[in-house]
Amino acid sequence: MYKEICAKYAPNKDNLIYILHEIQDTHPQHYISTEAVNEISKYLKLPENHIYGVLTFYSMYSTTPRGKHIIRLCESPPCYIKGSINILRKLKTILGVSVGETTKDGKFTLELCACLGVCGNAPVMMINDDVYGDLSEEKVEDIIDKIRGRN
Amino acid sequence: MSLKHIDLLICCGSGCISAGALKIKERFHEVLKEHKATNEVNIIETGCMGPCDYGPVMVIYPEGIFYKHVTPEDVEEIVSEHFIKGRPVTRLMLQEEEKTFAAQKDVPFYQKQIKVALENCGYINPESLDEYIATGGYEALGTVLTEMKPQAVIDEMKASGLRGRGGGGFPTYIKWQMVHDNKADQKYIICNADEGDPGAFMDRSILEGDPHRILEGMMIGAYAMGASMGFFYIRAEYPLAIKRIKMAIAQAKEMGLMGDNIFDSDFSFDAEVRTGAGAFVCGEETALIHSIEGERGNPTPKPPYPAIQGLWGKPTVVNNVETFGNIPTIFRKGAKWFASMGTEKSPGTKVFALTGDVKNTGLVEVPMGTTLRELIFDVGGGMIGDHKFKAVQLGGPSGGCLTVEHLDTGVDYESLKERGSMMGSGGVIVMNEEKCMVNVAKFFMDFCVEESCGKCSPCRIGLKQMLEILERITSGFGREGDIEELQRLGESISKLSLCGLGQTAPNPVLSTIRYFRDEYEAHIRDRSCATKVCKDLMHFQIDKDRCIGCSLCARNCPVKCITGSRDEKYIIHQVDCIKCGNCYDVCPVKAIDKEPGMHPDTVAHRAELSKAVNRYEDL
Repeated sequence: MYKEICAKYAPNKDNLIYILHEIQDTHPQHYISTEAVNEISKYLKLPENHIYGVLTFYSMYSTTPRGKHIIRLCESPPCYIKGSINILRKLKTILGVSVGETTKDGKFTLELCACLGVCGNAPVMMINDDVYGDLSEEKVEDIIDKIRGRN
Repeated sequence: MSLKHIDLLICCGSGCISAGALKIKERFHEVLKEHKATNEVNIIETGCMGPCDYGPVMVIYPEGIFYKHVTPEDVEEIVSEHFIKGRPVTRLMLQEEEKTFAAQKDVPFYQKQIKVALENCGYINPESLDEYIATGGYEALGTVLTEMKPQAVIDEMKASGLRGRGGGGFPTYIKWQMVHDNKADQKYIICNADEGDPGAFMDRSILEGDPHRILEGMMIGAYAMGASMGFFYIRAEYPLAIKRIKMAIAQAKEMGLMGDNIFDSDFSFDAEVRTGAGAFVCGEETALIHSIEGERGNPTPKPPYPAIQGLWGKPTVVNNVETFGNIPTIFRKGAKWFASMGTEKSPGTKVFALTGDVKNTGLVEVPMGTTLRELIFDVGGGMIGDHKFKAVQLGGPSGGCLTVEHLDTGVDYESLKERGSMMGSGGVIVMNEEKCMVNVAKFFMDFCVEESCGKCSPCRIGLKQMLEILERITSGFGREGDIEELQRLGESISKLSLCGLGQTAPNPVLSTIRYFRDEYEAHIRDRSCATKVCKDLMHFQIDKDRCIGCSLCARNCPVKCITGSRDEKYIIHQVDCIKCGNCYDVCPVKAIDKEPGMHPDTVAHRAELSKAVNRYEDL
C-alpha cells in the first residue's frame, strides 16, 4: 500500500511532506508507521533519520495509532478568551480521555492545535476536515453524540 | 441558461460554514423545488462577507437585502414571503436601537470600510472564473503583459507604496527589484499562506473567497521579476483554501491565462500548491522555503536573503496573500489612487480580523491610519454586554497590547511599533475588564514556547525561562525582581534570536509590563489577581447569610473540602480547595462568591510548608 502511494509522486525530496500526508490520511488509524517510513526511505533514497526529523517536526503527523475521528480543539488566544478551557474539560469528560489519547473504542482522538483561522466564531474545533464554531458545552455533547450515532 | 431574477448570495466562508451555512443552502434547494421556483433564484456560494458574528449571513439581490443568523427553519419563510410575495423578512434583518437595516450597504459594520483586497469576497462565486473576469479580473494582468516593461511594473509598485501585509511591512517593490536585478536562469515566486497567527484569518478568507485575485497578483509579480514558477504554501489546516486555489489554477490554465506565452507575450508561468503540516514557524520565509524543499521548517540566518539565494538556491520572492490581493487593483485603478488612501508612510488599506470580546467579530478592511476607536467601536460595534474595554492585542503572539489611552492611535506600521505593539498580520484581539493581563501574557508565551522550532538557544531556552517565571507569578510564588528579570530576558531574546518568531515573542510580556505593571505587582506582592482569573490568587467563599444549608456544594465537592450542616451553614476549607468551581456552579441561591487574593489560611499554610522545606535544606 505504501509503495503505491509513493509511486504517485516523483521521487524528489520535496514531495516528502505530501507522501507523509497521504499515507497518514489513508491509514485507518491516521498515523505513519515504521514500515511506512522504511518504504519512503527506500523510495526517496533518503535516510530514515531525515524522514523522522521531518515527521516529528510538524505537529500534524503522528507516529502512534490514532482514532477514526480526530478532534482538534483550537488552543489559540481568541478561543481561550471565549472559554475554550471549558470546552476542553467537557470533551475530556464525555470522551474519557486526556489530550493526545484515543478512546478505547478507537473512535476519537483528542488533540489541541494552533489557530484554525475561524476566530470570528471562537471557540472552535475541527473534527477531521469539518469545522465547528461558536461552541458551548451542550453543543459539543450534541456534535459528539451525532458522530457516535453515525457509526 | 435561464435568466433568474433573484440572486441569493450565501456566505460560505469558514465562519458561516461552522455556523451551518451549508445546511441552509441545501434547505433552499429543497424549498425552492417544492415551490417550483428553482428557475427564479440563483443560489451562489460566496466567500467570507465579513461579519462572522452575524453568521450565517446572506445577501439577496437585486435589492441587496442583508439577513443574519439565518437558520434552516427560516428558509421557508424567506422563500414564500420574500421571493414569492416580494415582502422581505424584517425579523431576520439587523436591528439595533430600534432601527432596522435592510440593505447590506446600510449596515453599520460596513460603513467605514473600503474594500480593496476583499473587493470580491462575499460578492462573487469564488469557484467561477467568469464572475471574477466580470468584475474586472485579469484586466490588470492583460495591461501589464501587453503594455508594460517589467521595470515599469516595479516602478508602479514603488509609486503605490505597498508594504508587505504579512506583518513586517517591508516595501514590496524592493523585494521585486532585488530579484529583477538578479540575472539567474531560474527565479521563483512564493505566496505565503501559512497564516499561523492566532486571531488572524484574512489570508484564509481571501484565498477561499477570491482565489483568482491572488493568482493574478502573483503573476504580475512573477512577470516583473522574471519568475516562471510560483508556489502557494498553504497551511494544511485550510483544506477549503487549498481546494479553491487548485481549482483557480486549473481554470486559469484551461482559459489560457496561465501556461506558455500568456496574452501572446513572451511570459510563461506555472504555479503549484504546497501544503504545510502544522508548524507556526513556517510562516517565516526561510523556514517556509525549507518546508517546500521537504526539510524541517527551521529558519536560517539572513543574509543571504531569499531574494539572493532562496528556494533551491535560486532568487525567490515570498509575498503574503493579502499583498498579492492588493496588486490587481493597484494596476487597474493606478498607483496614485492606492497611495491616496491611508497614511503617508503606510498607504492603502489593511484587512483586520476582529476577535475577542467585541460585538461584531469578523473581517474588516479599513484605510491605514484608522484609529483603534473607530475600528473597535464603530466597525466592531463596541464591547459585548456591559463590559468595559480593557486592552487590545494586535499582531498575535508577536505583537503587543495597547490600552484605553491608545484608542485614538491611528493603525499603521510606525505608530504601532512606537507604542510597543505591531501590525503583524492584522489580528485584533479585544479584551474586556474580566481578563487578567498577566494570564494573557502567559498564554501567549506558552504558545511561543510550543511553536519555537528549537534551533537557536535564546528562543528555545529563553522563552521557556520567561514562561516559568510567569507561571510562578500566576500561581502565587512570584518574587521581588521577577518583573525586572522578565524585562531583561525579553530584551535579550529580542536581540539575539535567529528569526522573527523569537525576536517578537517577548512582545506580549514586555508590553503588558509596560502598561499593566500594577497587575504584575499585585500578583507578586499581594498574591492577588483582581480579575479572579488566576486560580491560585483567588478563593471561593460561602456567604453565611445567604447559605440555606442545602449541602449541594459539599456533595459536589470532588475533594470533600466543604463541611457544615443545615444549622451551622457550610464553610470551605481553603487549604484543601482545588478551585474547581463546582460549588460555585451548583449553589441554587448563589451564596458562593469569588474573592480576589489568596486566602489567609492558604498563605499561612504555604509559609509553613516553605519553612519546613528550608529546615530540610539546612540539614
